[in-house]
Amino acid sequence: MVSQDLYAQLHGVVVKRRGKAVLGPLDLDLLGGGFTIVLGPNGAGKTTLLKVLHGVDRLTSGSVSWTVPAKTVRQGQAYVFQRPIMLRRSVRANLAYPLQLLGLPKAEISARVAHWAARIGLSAELDVPAPRLSGGEQQKLALARALIRGPDTVFLDEPCSNLDGRSTREIEDILCDASAAGARIIMSTHDLGQARRLADRVLFLNKGLVEERGPADRFFAAPKSPGAIAFLNGDIIE
Amino acid sequence: MSEIWAGMAEAFLLIWSLDADLIDITLRSLQVSLSALVIASALALPLGTWLAIRRFRHRRLVIATMNALMGLPPVVVGLIVYLLLSRTGPFGVLGLLFTPAAMIIAQVIIITPLIASITHQAMRELWSDYHDLLISLNTTHGQRIATLIWDGRRALMTAALAGFGRAIGEVGAIMIVGGNIDHVTRVLTTAIALETGKGDFALALGLGFVLIALSLCVNLAIHTLSRTEREGRW
Repeated sequence: MVSQDLYAQLHGVVVKRRGKAVLGPLDLDLLGGGFTIVLGPNGAGKTTLLKVLHGVDRLTSGSVSWTVPAKTVRQGQAYVFQRPIMLRRSVRANLAYPLQLLGLPKAEISARVAHWAARIGLSAELDVPAPRLSGGEQQKLALARALIRGPDTVFLDEPCSNLDGRSTREIEDILCDASAAGARIIMSTHDLGQARRLADRVLFLNKGLVEERGPADRFFAAPKSPGAIAFLNGDIIE
Repeated sequence: MSEIWAGMAEAFLLIWSLDADLIDITLRSLQVSLSALVIASALALPLGTWLAIRRFRHRRLVIATMNALMGLPPVVVGLIVYLLLSRTGPFGVLGLLFTPAAMIIAQVIIITPLIASITHQAMRELWSDYHDLLISLNTTHGQRIATLIWDGRRALMTAALAGFGRAIGEVGAIMIVGGNIDHVTRVLTTAIALETGKGDFALALGLGFVLIALSLCVNLAIHTLSRTEREGRW
């Protein structure tokens, strides 16, 4: 049973680009624990919603409030981008970077780096420049770099969109472990199969608005909104 | 053509005989230009990186001004530094005019905009790659600048070498503020100007070849030390 504690509240959130609203207006309570999967067609505002929640995208109006102190919100969060961003450093240095920012002792950094390198199967590539890794390896490294600080909330923007089945499975395993350890996962995906495998709750976005939300089993069994029904049927949503 | 051959022969002889004057002015050239490079880099690398990551009012004007200052005429810089350091100038009391320190000051003014501008260009691209990640990791401005400088160090080395190239080959400003005094402020470029004026083209050419060789050696040494080509592309 996943936690139903309130994590964040969005009040009248609107994000505009070149005068056009790409998200909102949104009034939304975000419940904590487990997997919250953000679904929706291209351009629905999934990435913008995740970035707004993480604080890397600016709001045009409205506000986001958390149930944890504002100063510690970002420290407890991590974000995995759709296109993995690799520092132009070795695998080891990429893993160590977030820990160095925290000022942890070298011995602890080394131990955590070794643990996570083994977890993602890159122990033998620790001194390889990260930009030289394959797409799947880079995404696993980006995920490990996000999780190495032990965040309580992880945002993932379609992390498996360009990966093969094996890499997708490895990433899902890591995410399940993180969730079991108590992290709340908020992830956008196009992959309905992945959403069905992982979701505890679903947030269905369309044209910048939340069209439907609720427990995953109910959403997949009996979607109510026309957009969600069309999306689950595989129809093209304009 | 014969003068070029004579110049090459003169350069060979000067180096082969370890001419004391040649070593003196070569070491002074290196001392002045490398000192200017270190000081200018310490100013320009953080400045160029800061301009790449910060958004503020009139930012474009600042960048345009910095780019324009790349073409600062050295003679004008020399003249201004001369006036500032002369006995009647505001810094005359320091007694720096006609010393290597004055030459370093002039060179710092000339090469800082160049290094800062190239740094800004390189860091702008790196920042567009890193922006979301570094914001996401809740880094401070200082941490962002340090990360960009470290990860962009090879591009920054190019900026620094461009600055060194301009400094070591500069003659107008250091002639004015240094005075080309033998064994005090004479460097390779001012010595070349002097020998050309005296009509000793072979010696001037010889010094010119030494200057080119020196510049090549410094570039090669820095590339070798930083292992630019061995570590490949990141």
